[in-house]
Amino acid sequence: MSARTYELIYILAPEATEQQVADLHAQVAGIVERLGGTIEKTDPWGRRKLAYEIGKHKEGFYVLHVINGTGELMKEIDRRLKVTEGLLRHLIIRVDERQDVADRARTKRQETSRRRRVARGLPPERQPGEGPQHDSDDDADVTYDGAEGEA
Amino acid sequence: MAFGGRKPAAKGAGSGDKQGGQRRGLFRRRKVCKFCAERIDDINYKDVKLLSGFVPERGKVLPRRISGTCAKHQRALRVAILRARQIALLPYAAD
Repeated sequence: MSARTYELIYILAPEATEQQVADLHAQVAGIVERLGGTIEKTDPWGRRKLAYEIGKHKEGFYVLHVINGTGELMKEIDRRLKVTEGLLRHLIIRVDERQDVADRARTKRQETSRRRRVARGLPPERQPGEGPQHDSDDDADVTYDGAEGEA
Repeated sequence: MAFGGRKPAAKGAGSGDKQGGQRRGLFRRRKVCKFCAERIDDINYKDVKLLSGFVPERGKVLPRRISGTCAKHQRALRVAILRARQIALLPYAAD
């Protein structure tokens, strides 16, 4: 089965007790376990001001989970959270693909930089004390019509 | 390589642009995509500090012609802002 990584964020009403927070966490953990997933990380952000009012609330208690599991698992969690009272919002985002793209971009950039450095007769890695980081071709662009000096 | 995509188009010395301000008709600061320049690969919807720089007071997404963001990153930025709105990290509309 394809292992996927999701982020689950939910917002509880700010007056939720610690008990309620723990209950909801247990509920989510229960579903995850039952459907063969794992919770990779749990990060309670705590109370935070909402960017807009939800109902009559101006604040919310945010909790972030990172969950490894299948789409069915997340669907089940989504369904359950939809009917959970005292929950202002929740959002499930798949993150593994995005992460891969970011990793690939980074690797590619590092490789390019290494190749260029070698082509210029420099050691492939940056040495300490080389000054600020510049990407050779972009660099030329910025100074090209940056008539203000520090553009 | 992605030459075309990475370079934000240099603006001609046209007049009547909000950003020009007092030095209209002179040199305009070249706008560079922030995400390219700072090598931000992952535009994350949870990073309110980063995103809020691209959401002016009204709550809309700052257009590319103002921010200089490249097309690729503007798309990613848009998605991130939409997500952040869903969980009330950013406003849909302010006043």
